[in-house]
Amino acid sequence: MPAESLREKTVSPWQIHPVRIVAAKAEVPGVITYRLKFVDQNVEDAYSVSPGQFNMLYMPGYGESAISVSGYDEQNRELLQTVRVAGNVTRALSRLNVGDELGLRGPFGQGWPMKAAQGGHLVLIAGGLGFAPIRSAIEAAICHRGRYEKISILAGARSPDQLLYREQYEQWKAAQVELRLTVDRATPQWNGNVGVVPLLVDRLKISNPATATVMVCGPEVMMWYTVKSAIEQNISVERIWLSMERNMNCAIGHCGHCQFGPAFICKDGPVLRYDRIASYLKIKGL
Amino acid sequence: MGSVRNSKNRKKPKLAVFKFASCDGCQLSLLNAEEDLVSIGEAVEISHFLEASSHVEVGPYDLTLVEGSITTPGDRERIQEVRKQSRVLVTIGACATAGGIQALRNWGDHEEFQQAVYPHPEFLDTLATSTAISDHVQVDFELRGCPVNKKQLVELITDILHQRKPRFPRHAVCLECKQSGTVCVAVTRGIPCLGPITQAGCGGLCPGYDRGCYGCFGPTAQANVSGLSHWLLKHDMPKTELVPLLRNFNAGATPFREEGNRLAREQDTELE
Amino acid sequence: MEYGNRQLLAKEGLQDLILAMQALEYMVIGPKIEQEAIVYEEINSLEDLPRGWTDLQTAGTYRIKRRDDDAYFGYVVGPRSLKHYLHPPRQLVATATRDGQRWEFESIENIEQKYAFLGVRACEIAAMRVQDRVFLQGDYVDPLYAKRRESALIVAVNCTMAAPTCFCTSMQTGPRCTDGYDLALTELAEAFVIEAGSDKGEKILRDLPCSPVTTADLEQARKLQQQAVEQISKTMNPVNLREDLLENLNHDRWEETARRCLSCANCTMVCPTCFCSTVEEVVDLSGDNIERRRTWDSCFDIDFSYQNGSIVRNDIRSRYRQWLTHKLATWHDQFDQSGCVGCGRCITWCPVGIDLTEEVAVIREKKCSE
Repeated sequence: MPAESLREKTVSPWQIHPVRIVAAKAEVPGVITYRLKFVDQNVEDAYSVSPGQFNMLYMPGYGESAISVSGYDEQNRELLQTVRVAGNVTRALSRLNVGDELGLRGPFGQGWPMKAAQGGHLVLIAGGLGFAPIRSAIEAAICHRGRYEKISILAGARSPDQLLYREQYEQWKAAQVELRLTVDRATPQWNGNVGVVPLLVDRLKISNPATATVMVCGPEVMMWYTVKSAIEQNISVERIWLSMERNMNCAIGHCGHCQFGPAFICKDGPVLRYDRIASYLKIKGL
Repeated sequence: MGSVRNSKNRKKPKLAVFKFASCDGCQLSLLNAEEDLVSIGEAVEISHFLEASSHVEVGPYDLTLVEGSITTPGDRERIQEVRKQSRVLVTIGACATAGGIQALRNWGDHEEFQQAVYPHPEFLDTLATSTAISDHVQVDFELRGCPVNKKQLVELITDILHQRKPRFPRHAVCLECKQSGTVCVAVTRGIPCLGPITQAGCGGLCPGYDRGCYGCFGPTAQANVSGLSHWLLKHDMPKTELVPLLRNFNAGATPFREEGNRLAREQDTELE
Repeated sequence: MEYGNRQLLAKEGLQDLILAMQALEYMVIGPKIEQEAIVYEEINSLEDLPRGWTDLQTAGTYRIKRRDDDAYFGYVVGPRSLKHYLHPPRQLVATATRDGQRWEFESIENIEQKYAFLGVRACEIAAMRVQDRVFLQGDYVDPLYAKRRESALIVAVNCTMAAPTCFCTSMQTGPRCTDGYDLALTELAEAFVIEAGSDKGEKILRDLPCSPVTTADLEQARKLQQQAVEQISKTMNPVNLREDLLENLNHDRWEETARRCLSCANCTMVCPTCFCSTVEEVVDLSGDNIERRRTWDSCFDIDFSYQNGSIVRNDIRSRYRQWLTHKLATWHDQFDQSGCVGCGRCITWCPVGIDLTEEVAVIREKKCSE
């Protein structure tokens, strides 16, 4: 587990490390992607993150916010974190400038099963801000393109201007990745799909469902219908993975906030195998 | 909620404190903040705070604290003007957030009270009700308590200065009692205590002094008032005591008011 | 090493034990009458103990009462448990200090205070082990809990009586202490039977003014322990409890309970295993000095499940269900054991007397079809 290495260096899981904002890019209104770099090189050396894991970003005086890792630039050793400006912490973060420092604990949790997905069709599905953790899987898969028979990205947003990471699309396609986009509300310029994400799943050609792996992140209701569509495409429930979200407060399974049935989303998740949580997804207010 | 700092080079944000029908106790909480008050004074310009200074500046104000409830036609007009002059308006205390103890008049005969108390009621110009500020204007944030907790008040001002949305606990007083080691007076002594349905913030003050909570911080979010009253009635508390327990400093707060009214109606039926 | 060499300690010998623990620089935490209850507090001498007092507990009520003897431990369990000290309600975990344009972050790792707990019951030892599982035996270790726990001395007391709220026999945690203690006492009419359960305990025991125990003493101890077992009337069958609850997440009973439950969190505060917390950001006016304080929180707090502007468990029904199913069902998935030790605190200290064993019984009686 990658978190091991960091743990050896710092005794307390409460220890926060300073990171510097190297770049900040406004993705869509209210959503910013930051490039963060550790200030302390020893911490940077020990840091290792897997796609789908998350960090706790800390704004002193405001608190922490759990943000999934959208990518790790190995060359420059910079973390990519896409943040929606919503609460006190993210609003304070959005007021920082390039060069400013904030705090970080992590990485935490279980990421995407990139290894188990090898050899088959990798279907990466994102809804809205759910693109953030999916992006880390895309980067990892492209990095080892040969390990996957086929890679498809299915992503949806409310409107075309709400789609994240648009400047990456050409690069992904160039890496022989199939990219299908859909929006709820089209604009005159939009010539892609209109409709919900599960429709993209229904139309997807899956070469061999027995070896295909589905990874989904988005609003719970979107994931629910996406999974239904994936099952109709004969993908086994054991090969469907969801990245779940709950209120993550301590990130180490000690505070109880992020429980979802038997799972602590912070340490058993955020990526969970569908069949292990299927019965709980149906229960309201769990 | 708006923020009081819109640009870095602006001068200090202007703070105003306005009083409506109230006892001034919440304003005193601010004056009692001592060294914190000094720091607040450095961070903001106190533009209107009659309890502290007769120096008055005109609006608009960046942050306005409102104490007291609306009980006169004049105040009903004045609060509209205060709202217009305030970027962020925060009500402080039970009077401003729920009508206060004076909301008991809402159940009484206004005319009769006037006759009984004043030799010349004809000089009075009052409303038949005492109502919360939020019944009249949009309120950005409410600070509970009778009086408000000094620490929460300072924290609120600090939060707003640092562009944080204030987030105070909405859970029951019971958590504070247990955290501070106070043993439950309801369970050990059968003292009627509104703690389980009252919002935290006082630190469990009354139970810490061997008294039941009388709900001065108002109801918790989703307060199950009837759950508590069922238990108390089952344990021989007469309705004649239970109704006044609920009709106290936060008599006008919806969950307390509704259950108090329901019990009072039952009481009336039983008497018939 | 084998322990369990039982000896007899005179009643006054308890003072020697307290002194011995103090000499080893422990803060002795034991039973004391405070605020009309027998609570764990700092003990300075034998005089502080609730000698000749007992407690009467039922759902929603607790009273202390004079006994007709001079027993030191003639009561059951009070509102506080070891959790109050090992996982305290408020705890500084980290700080942030501004240094010009930069921030310095520190985590708190050292605690000097070491505790000796006197009068610990079997269910409380079991509860401590449940919390050990949470804070010490997962992927992450809580450094503060670890320090306190490792340095703690446990002087257990075998129960000789039970309250109507006790059901440790169902949860298989008591009433007799079998392990997990440094010293264990059984209070007889005239003396204590004392035995060590660890090297630490053995060392202390060696210097206490003990005398050999007789067969009659042991027989009396056995009878008294049996008396506690026999007084336990409450039951909750743990077999299939997890399944019975998880298969009934839409049972009508949750709604019915929600009409009585005040969502006040008392059950979670007094529960010796409930571990939920939140971190508060305590900021000075300058914003330059920050303390990150962990405080007890509860699944009954409406904002506990706050997420992205909405509340996941937005009614009392779902909050009560979360508490009960976590305690009795999903705890098994998470920590391979039940989160309930059968101490009955949640029953006694519920201000409206909700009894979880009754709730379970009703759910089991009429399972929902779904």
